[in-house]
Amino acid sequence: MRIELEKRATPSLTMSILSPFIAFALTILAGAILFAVLGKNPIDALYSIFIEPLSEVWSLHELAIKAAPLMLIAVGLAVCFRSNNWNIGAEGQFIMGAIAGSILPVVFAGWQSPLVLPLMLMFGLAGGAAYAAIPAFLKARLNTNEILSSLMLVYVAQLFLDWLVRGPWRNPEGFNFPETVRFHADAILPAVLASGRAHWGIVFAIVAAIATAWMMRNTLKGFEVIVLGQSKRAGRFAGFSSSRMVYFAFLFSGALAGLAGIAEVSGAIGQLRPTISPGYGFTAIIVAFLGRLNPLGIVAAATVLALTYLGGEAAQISIGISDKVTRIFQGLLLFLVLASDTLIHYRVRLSRRPVHADMPLRMGEAVGKTSPATKPATGEV
Amino acid sequence: MTVYEAILLTVMIAATPILLAAIGELVVERSGVLNLGVEGMMIIGAVSAFAAAQISGSALIGAMAGTLAGVVFSSLFGFLTLSLAANQIATGLALTILGLGLSGMLGEAFIGLPGVKLTAISIPYLSDLPYVGKVLFGQDPIFYISVGLVIGVQFFLFRTRGGLLLRSVGDNHDSAHALGTPVIAIRYAAVLFGGACAGLAGAHLSLVYTPQWVENMSAGRGWIALALVAFASWRPARVFAGAYLFGAVSIAQLHAQALGVSVPSQFLSALPYIATIFVLVLISANRRLTLINTPASLGKPFVPER
Amino acid sequence: MKKTLFLLATSLAFAGSSSLASAEALDKVKACFIYVGPVGDFGWSYQHDQGRQYVEANLGDKVETAFLESVPEGADAERALERFARSGCNIIFTTSFGYMDATNTVAARFPDVKFEHATGYRRDHPNVSTYDSRFFQGRYVIGKIAGHLSTTGTAGYIASFPIPEVVQGINSFLLGARSVNPDFSLKVVWVNTWFDPGKEADAARALIDQGVDILTQHTDSTAPMQVAAERGIKAFGQASDMIAFGPETQLTSIIDDWGPYYLERVSAVLEGTWEQKATWAGMAEGHVVMAPYTNMPDEVKVMAAEIEAKITSGEFHPFTGPINKQDGTPFLAEGEVADDGTLASMNFYIEGIDDTLPQ
Repeated sequence: MRIELEKRATPSLTMSILSPFIAFALTILAGAILFAVLGKNPIDALYSIFIEPLSEVWSLHELAIKAAPLMLIAVGLAVCFRSNNWNIGAEGQFIMGAIAGSILPVVFAGWQSPLVLPLMLMFGLAGGAAYAAIPAFLKARLNTNEILSSLMLVYVAQLFLDWLVRGPWRNPEGFNFPETVRFHADAILPAVLASGRAHWGIVFAIVAAIATAWMMRNTLKGFEVIVLGQSKRAGRFAGFSSSRMVYFAFLFSGALAGLAGIAEVSGAIGQLRPTISPGYGFTAIIVAFLGRLNPLGIVAAATVLALTYLGGEAAQISIGISDKVTRIFQGLLLFLVLASDTLIHYRVRLSRRPVHADMPLRMGEAVGKTSPATKPATGEV
Repeated sequence: MTVYEAILLTVMIAATPILLAAIGELVVERSGVLNLGVEGMMIIGAVSAFAAAQISGSALIGAMAGTLAGVVFSSLFGFLTLSLAANQIATGLALTILGLGLSGMLGEAFIGLPGVKLTAISIPYLSDLPYVGKVLFGQDPIFYISVGLVIGVQFFLFRTRGGLLLRSVGDNHDSAHALGTPVIAIRYAAVLFGGACAGLAGAHLSLVYTPQWVENMSAGRGWIALALVAFASWRPARVFAGAYLFGAVSIAQLHAQALGVSVPSQFLSALPYIATIFVLVLISANRRLTLINTPASLGKPFVPER
Repeated sequence: MKKTLFLLATSLAFAGSSSLASAEALDKVKACFIYVGPVGDFGWSYQHDQGRQYVEANLGDKVETAFLESVPEGADAERALERFARSGCNIIFTTSFGYMDATNTVAARFPDVKFEHATGYRRDHPNVSTYDSRFFQGRYVIGKIAGHLSTTGTAGYIASFPIPEVVQGINSFLLGARSVNPDFSLKVVWVNTWFDPGKEADAARALIDQGVDILTQHTDSTAPMQVAAERGIKAFGQASDMIAFGPETQLTSIIDDWGPYYLERVSAVLEGTWEQKATWAGMAEGHVVMAPYTNMPDEVKVMAAEIEAKITSGEFHPFTGPINKQDGTPFLAEGEVADDGTLASMNFYIEGIDDTLPQ
């Protein structure tokens, strides 16, 4: 008894639309079972996790604050992943963008002017992009696996930040606590609406999502990303350079991650500390997949994930569920989305046939018989 | 125990969990699968081992439970990526997140309890050797398993037919499939083996390293193990050397402090990662070295063509 | 409609009256706690939660408590506090230095809610109080014990961050040790974390490898105690009584007992007498408690109890001159006692510490 996957001729449209909903519904079901097992009322629990955070204005603001970095980073990652470049180092680019953007308020704290904030944001973009250029260079020029190189750089970035805030950038009036001076008023990303704390980060995120969606659908660049992502050879025939795409993909996603970093630091935190991200760069990868690598889908996915963070907290207070439940939900949701995704590209069948029904079962006997390799190789080497 | 013996002992304790997790992941990656869920499998192994040891009173049962838990947990990953051809990176990350959450929840009842420590075993005669005797031959069983696994994996990969098949699957799964090799089955076996190793590594953490259960006690060691596999260019002997090197560096930093030498600790902590990048570059820049060492199909989903 | 108007009117009336001076007495108080780590850390957050349970045990029906654990400092903290304030908490205890900004910011928005910030120094609004404990008193006692018991004359100190509280602890410990053995020395390792059992265990091993025979820590896990037990040396616990992790190893432990303070403050809210305060209490008020003296000869127990009594009664202050700073310059003259202000911002070592304070 085996599971057999039969590739569909064209990806199923019905499943494309249905699959995230199926996954979400299954997660809710699994969650309800989990709560029942833990002895809590499933309806109450699900209400406080998914509905309660949406019911008050201040909570909606908090939702925006939490969703903004996830959205912004994931939009960049979607483009990157679509082009078959695997940037796992968004967390590191987030941090480097935050550091770069913080140079002005920390080192030149005396210079206060309306110009500071825009410059900080630009530095953030540049810092994230520059840091992402490292794995890009390593891949394009030296053929290095970008998953591992970008991942390693995350730790380097974290340790660099740690050293900065404990050493050269430590607040001299901070009683030796590891944190920088608090940013002056000109360096703080202001709130969007007066009714809450949500800062402009969410605006950046939504604008980025819309712009990226437009880019992917209506420009040559978007076409280039998709073609190169599916087949390097086809791209080469069309005149696209895959090594240039490596740079574009990484710099694009790095820049957005860096912007998210400085937006978070200047909008939500107000200074640099040893940890400025609860793993946004990694969670954004999940958001990107949940949003099916589509910028508009990512807006929804980021909101849902932010909802689970907020909801988990609400449930802690009102129901007494521990905070681990949030993580379990998120992991489960991703698992189910990935599983449901299979249905889009493949038809799933249970079959009794062994793998090579029409082929000799021993190596070496294949020579001389019908050549099994009549189809062109699917994967790119 | 002299100072050197003591330091060696400390380094060994520090290196063993990452060695175990890395050697398991090495086999997985050699078969062409990239499992980023090592951290999740490790922490599940840690909580299962601790819980089982507490309930049964025996650390040995705990170690077995941890290993088993790793196997079961990794099978989730295997099912998604091998049977359903899901994206390996996303699935691995989901595994880590699920693992951290699940272990936190399962472990709640066991917080604040002193653990059952895995007792050391003394190999007769050898442990009476001067200097190294007690340290090398009077260790907990998991240490010996880790050393045995390195030797075993080396032998398996490079001296047996099974190892050859596994490596061929990792280098080019389509060709291997065309030649009749059961790609999916081999990868399943590799993934489960990786899960067992990561689970045992976790068991070491909660039974030997610090015999207690604390949330997130794996503290990023799963990611270090991933780095280690690359740093070792997917060769078992180098994984061993690398694990001890990484362990020694982190201990050296503490010793330096205790001696009054002030070293920026972050730099030392970053060394393993920077070194890994260097090694990655070295082995990738040279085409020949790349072909020999990196499993070319790493991370690519495989679906048998009809 | 009428009912709504009635309710609205009465609640406005109450709101109006409660904004005058000190609040009126309440029938029931909701006391909320926010922790930086998991309740199960058996260290810092665990002890705060013990304090919360102490309040529940003592006030029964008159109090309802809630808590949030593992809340990261920063943006998440602000949101968590806002949530607490909106969900009807009358008093909120924020138990980490890093919650300082969040506490004061949210306090501004909810003037009727009382905020108590542990180990902080800012009280920007009248509804914010701060509180801390004189842990250095406990450090002096264990320093003296170490001075008596150590054969090598060297102790290992696992330190977290070079903030004043930790520096006070190191200095006080050495003063206590040197009052018995003038040549006593310390080996300090900075692990840069409050809680990381793996790292703490490694630090403990490194220190023991270098020949210390007594271990103490200003970090929160039980790992160093376990390592000490494993290697057969003696150790002091921290924050909670760690005897279960080292039955033959623990000499004593400095226990953070927040119960009495929490009870006092919650009761004040109940009675309507809560006022802004900055509290820095110690043994005399029962905030710093020593675990039973174990695994030591009887005469050392007697000596320890004696010095503990002297500090509790105020007869003796650990920072009493003559004391010089590490660079040799005088710090306290003969008989002079350090004042609270100097201690609260202490960022220098005293003479005799063989380490450079990370600056």
